Amino acid sequence: MQNKAMTTFAEQVNRAQHEAMKADPGMLVFGLGLTDPKGIFGTTSGLGEAFGEQRAFDMPTAENGMTGIAVGAALAGSRVLMTHQRLDFFLLAMDQLVNNAAKWHYMFNGQMKVPLTIRLIIGRGWGQGPTHAQNLQSWFAHIPGLKVIVPSTTDAVANQLYSAIMDDSPVIFIEHRWLHQQQCEQARIGDITAKPQSVRIHRTGTDFTIVANSYMVLEALVAAKQLSALGVETDVVETSELEPATWQPVYDSVSKTGRVIICDSAHTSFSVASEIMCSVTEKCFGSLKQVPIRMGLPDYPEPTSIALTKHFYPTADSITKMVMSSLQREIPKSVYQNIGNDRTRPHDVPGEWFKGPF
Amino acid sequence: MSALLKYYQQVLRIRRIEEAIAARYSEQQMRCPTHLSIGQEAVAVGISANLTTADKVYSSHRAHAHYLAKGGSLERLIAELYGKETGCTGGRGGSMHLSDLAAGFVASTAIVGNSIPLAVGNALHQQVQCLNEMSVSYFGEGATEEGAFYESANFAALRKLPVLFVCENNRYSVYSPMSVRQPPNRSIVELAKAIGLNAVDVDGNDVEQVASVSAQLIDGIRAGNGPALIECHTYRHREHCGPNFDDDLGYRPEEEVQHWLSRDPVKVLADALSAQGLSQAEFEDLENQVQREIEYAFDSALAAPFPDPANNGQYVYAE
Repeated sequence: MQNKAMTTFAEQVNRAQHEAMKADPGMLVFGLGLTDPKGIFGTTSGLGEAFGEQRAFDMPTAENGMTGIAVGAALAGSRVLMTHQRLDFFLLAMDQLVNNAAKWHYMFNGQMKVPLTIRLIIGRGWGQGPTHAQNLQSWFAHIPGLKVIVPSTTDAVANQLYSAIMDDSPVIFIEHRWLHQQQCEQARIGDITAKPQSVRIHRTGTDFTIVANSYMVLEALVAAKQLSALGVETDVVETSELEPATWQPVYDSVSKTGRVIICDSAHTSFSVASEIMCSVTEKCFGSLKQVPIRMGLPDYPEPTSIALTKHFYPTADSITKMVMSSLQREIPKSVYQNIGNDRTRPHDVPGEWFKGPF
Repeated sequence: MSALLKYYQQVLRIRRIEEAIAARYSEQQMRCPTHLSIGQEAVAVGISANLTTADKVYSSHRAHAHYLAKGGSLERLIAELYGKETGCTGGRGGSMHLSDLAAGFVASTAIVGNSIPLAVGNALHQQVQCLNEMSVSYFGEGATEEGAFYESANFAALRKLPVLFVCENNRYSVYSPMSVRQPPNRSIVELAKAIGLNAVDVDGNDVEQVASVSAQLIDGIRAGNGPALIECHTYRHREHCGPNFDDDLGYRPEEEVQHWLSRDPVKVLADALSAQGLSQAEFEDLENQVQREIEYAFDSALAAPFPDPANNGQYVYAE
């Protein structure tokens, strides 16, 4: 892995865990399928071999109990990383997460800490459907005491995960399944121990601000190129940390452009996009030239059939069209036909590499 | 001092503390939901007789006896009930979230079954770190109806973790009797054995029996033989939550209440000590000692300042 010119998101997630386990000899890592032959999409491969089954192990099918066990071990002094292959299954563990992990440090007046990170993977496409594809990031962000990190890019994810693991507060780390094969040059990978950027400006422009996180950052970057070709220059701002206190760069961008679209990979109502829109409106009211726009999923569950999901997820094209329409600018017909033309694959897979089933 | 006298002193101390809380609760200054341990003190005293300060205890909403028997600070308990800065969580947690780390009482939590996995996680840490200590999880029989119990017991058995599950079976979950919650003839002990725990049940009002049987289980746990469960049959004298008796509601058969009151652990121990010749004066001395300690704890709690709400934003995240 180390000698290749290119690396993937999954490899970097894997590397962060190996590095953390080496740096903290007391650390434990567990999750369903953690040491099985597939190693949670390759993200946990090699941990069992490298650190032994006392510290890196597969577990009983008991999301709530095992989350509580993780909290108990963390309170006793073991740094713990737990992984769930789908966020949806983790809903069984809301009692341990919300009533214990999130509140413990506060409720016991700072006497104990919970150095626990929980990786949750969001599915999409290939009929993941109503209960295998939910991004409930806003639930977690709503609870005081939890930190929520939502990575998007291969060059940053190892640093983000390593930092989450080394944090003494509970961290929810939400990975989008469609990011796992994202390529990046090894040379662009920075210091794993650096303080990660909570907000990252990927591209700058003066006409419009596009805010996104998770997989929507990739769509936003494609949209930014399309818009540039149409004469609209955009700031693309990634909010990987869901904590309003860190969002000043978002406010700075909107104060400059006066226009903002906020992309979300969850249902639109009561979403992270809604919270960002609210904060932006409070902080940048005088600078706004138009009503901020939210773009997320419709407010109904994701259906399963390929026939029903074609327009369920917003894409780069939807962002481009929405931005142009809000500027009351037409997309010339010749250009319009080209939008999305680079996508010959079906809409329900991230790339040719994805052959299902999950 | 004889073992019996020591047990009596501890059981009596917890009883009088709980009664003092009950007596003053109506003054409306202890403003948090409070679940008294009156009637169930022998369990905590018997179990704690076999624990060291290094052993770690977790408990549930009805935790005063577990906290006190493990050596938790009385002053900090009373101050916590009054919501004072000197309380064991500085007024953050109240009666249902107690902690005294110096005594090895890690925490009690309010949600039924919710602290069982925490105790097992503590045992996982102890095993991986090869620590010479163990964990204890106290819960009521209602918690054995929660998924968290099965999930935790299963993992403890799987990894042979050093944890003792103490199930206080007081027969009622708030007002709901066993008959609406578990099938007839279900045995919690047999259930625990099927999961893979070493399990026995005892008369939870007989402190010597609790102490001697749990000693054997604890020896096995310390020897690395894996987790165990002790079911202690006992009875709650007062209402589920609050200072009062509530048998006027008629949810418990009168004969049942009388049966358990006749086997009240304080009474049983006092009778045994009387039979051994403990004098009236010696009984009074014990009472006076406890009363002095209680009065001091209440006086210091009442004199202590309230915490400053300006600090309410502190400790949301670890620094």
